[in-house]
Amino acid sequence: MRILVCAKQVPDTNEVKIDPKTGTMIREGVPSILNPDDANALEAALVIKDENPGTEVIVMTMGPPQAAEMLRECLAMGADEAYLLSDRAFGGADTWATSATLAAGIKKVKKVDLVLAGRQAIDGDTAQVGSQIAQRLKMPVVTYVEDIKIEDKKAIVHRQMEDGYEVIEVQLPCLLTCVKELNEPRYMSVGGIMDAYEQPITTWNHEDIGLSPEACGLNASPTQVFRSFSPPAKGVGEMITGTNVSEIAGNLVSKLKEKHII
Amino acid sequence: MYFSEQNKMIRKLAREFAQKELTTEILDQVEESGEFPQEILDKMAKFGFFGIKIPKSLGGSGGDHMSYVICMEEFARVSGVASVYLSAPNSLAGGPLLLSGTDEQIEKYLKPIITGKKKLAFALTEPGAGSDAGGMTTTAVDMGDYYLLNGRKTFITMAPLCDDAVIYAKTDMSKGTRGISAFIVDLKSEGVSLGKNEHKMGLIGCATSDIIMEDVKVPKENRLGEVNKGFSNAMKTLDVGRLGVASQSIGVAQGALDEAIKYAKERKQFGRRIADFQAIAFMIADMATKLEAAKLLVYNAASLMDNKQNASKEASMAKFYASEICNEICAKAVQIHGGYGFIKDYKVERMYRDCRVFTIYEGTSQVQQMVISGMLLKK
Repeated sequence: MRILVCAKQVPDTNEVKIDPKTGTMIREGVPSILNPDDANALEAALVIKDENPGTEVIVMTMGPPQAAEMLRECLAMGADEAYLLSDRAFGGADTWATSATLAAGIKKVKKVDLVLAGRQAIDGDTAQVGSQIAQRLKMPVVTYVEDIKIEDKKAIVHRQMEDGYEVIEVQLPCLLTCVKELNEPRYMSVGGIMDAYEQPITTWNHEDIGLSPEACGLNASPTQVFRSFSPPAKGVGEMITGTNVSEIAGNLVSKLKEKHII
Repeated sequence: MYFSEQNKMIRKLAREFAQKELTTEILDQVEESGEFPQEILDKMAKFGFFGIKIPKSLGGSGGDHMSYVICMEEFARVSGVASVYLSAPNSLAGGPLLLSGTDEQIEKYLKPIITGKKKLAFALTEPGAGSDAGGMTTTAVDMGDYYLLNGRKTFITMAPLCDDAVIYAKTDMSKGTRGISAFIVDLKSEGVSLGKNEHKMGLIGCATSDIIMEDVKVPKENRLGEVNKGFSNAMKTLDVGRLGVASQSIGVAQGALDEAIKYAKERKQFGRRIADFQAIAFMIADMATKLEAAKLLVYNAASLMDNKQNASKEASMAKFYASEICNEICAKAVQIHGGYGFIKDYKVERMYRDCRVFTIYEGTSQVQQMVISGMLLKK
């Protein structure tokens, strides 16, 4: 069985700080990480590999050359092969162009039985790329997957709902988008890191995957981000304290009176 | 400058592992119970931390000395005792086997310690032979089919938890250090007993005791290396051991500095943060500068070892300086914390106790000075 995991290198949003003057994100010095939901997708693939020896796990990303570092981390966790789709022509891609590029890459890899993607990336939060890839590859897709069982030529998955889950049986090949409840991603291993630097990372440009420059990147993006901004920071909250409930309530009332709210 | 891309990724892994697994709650429990959770040790083995610089062909992770230093540093930054467990298979337990083990010994003893299935102790020190290891009185008499061991080893780290120990004993009483051989002794053998668990000042959670041997029969195939060549095996093992203690020292010192900086920015006295007082600010500058110097000594020694150059002097310098300044930094971190630094709720209290032994074990600072000056003055 061959499983392909789509991954994205994203800024660690836990480390992102907002410039108080301009209100924009300070990107300098922010470490890049494997998108958390994608780590869950990779873990799911590695679990299937642990249970079914002979399974191959392939990781693919579209990104700048430095995304290779994230691919090495995936290899160090246990992935077998890594592909980097990198080209100036891919720059400025929205979800439509990104899915076109990734789908072309997956087609070129060939013989993929299962495509796993994270639900969404923490920097864009669109949650569209996974489903779009499935559409382009003419594969069935199940989103928000929190449990996967592989049987024969099909997958039985739990699809997360607000108040429960659906059990869905889906034919392979298919695409599943994974949520964090699916599993706990493993650590890289020391030996895995050593090996990861001896393995090749295959880099493909637009010609390699058979796309014209007009069919990818900014040129092929129907949507464009007009402006991005951070909402103004809220003021610090105040915790009303007291030794017991009635005292806390009393303190609250006097605060409200003080501010002429009541 | 000293770090390869692999080294950087190793640091990322070690930092993530240490911070995620060694929570304050677990570390407090270790202090209370005196026991370290086996689940964490199992995980350390699973992700390759017990064979960092042991070749892949022998079941290890195939990393370099620098990777070992980085892992020690990141673990010690969070927990001194965790770094002792990390160090053992990579250093004092694995070292003697890696240097002198036969294929059978590697298979039977080294591989299980890398996978975490077994623990092995390093037993050199005796009640009357600490810094002067050559003065040991444990004997091993060749009885034809086996060796007969008698004697007492003291302060043996992890002895109560171990399956086996590498015991250094005199096979020729007339020859001093040239009459010492090494043996792998099953601690369940007849005639082996352990002393009580020592009540230590720090590094709580890693039991230490004596090993007493009375007419212990050790099979011939358990002799490690050639007869009368055990001392060199021990000394070479300790060269790497020094690098380990040096890395522990920079790790704990970094942890203490982190805490001191955090506290100095939070604590307010006389209407301002204590970090705004020059006395405290300069103390922090002093700590950070000395730590940086120590780190460079440690990385330099590791880099020499990775380039297969003699690093005995550099490893001694690194161990000497890093352990001394670690004590200084931890003492200052406690000072910056004031009364709170004397209370167990604050991490620096534990760090201050943990690091005290760093200038003592695996060669005291004074022994390091002997090694360094000896090399400089022998010409």
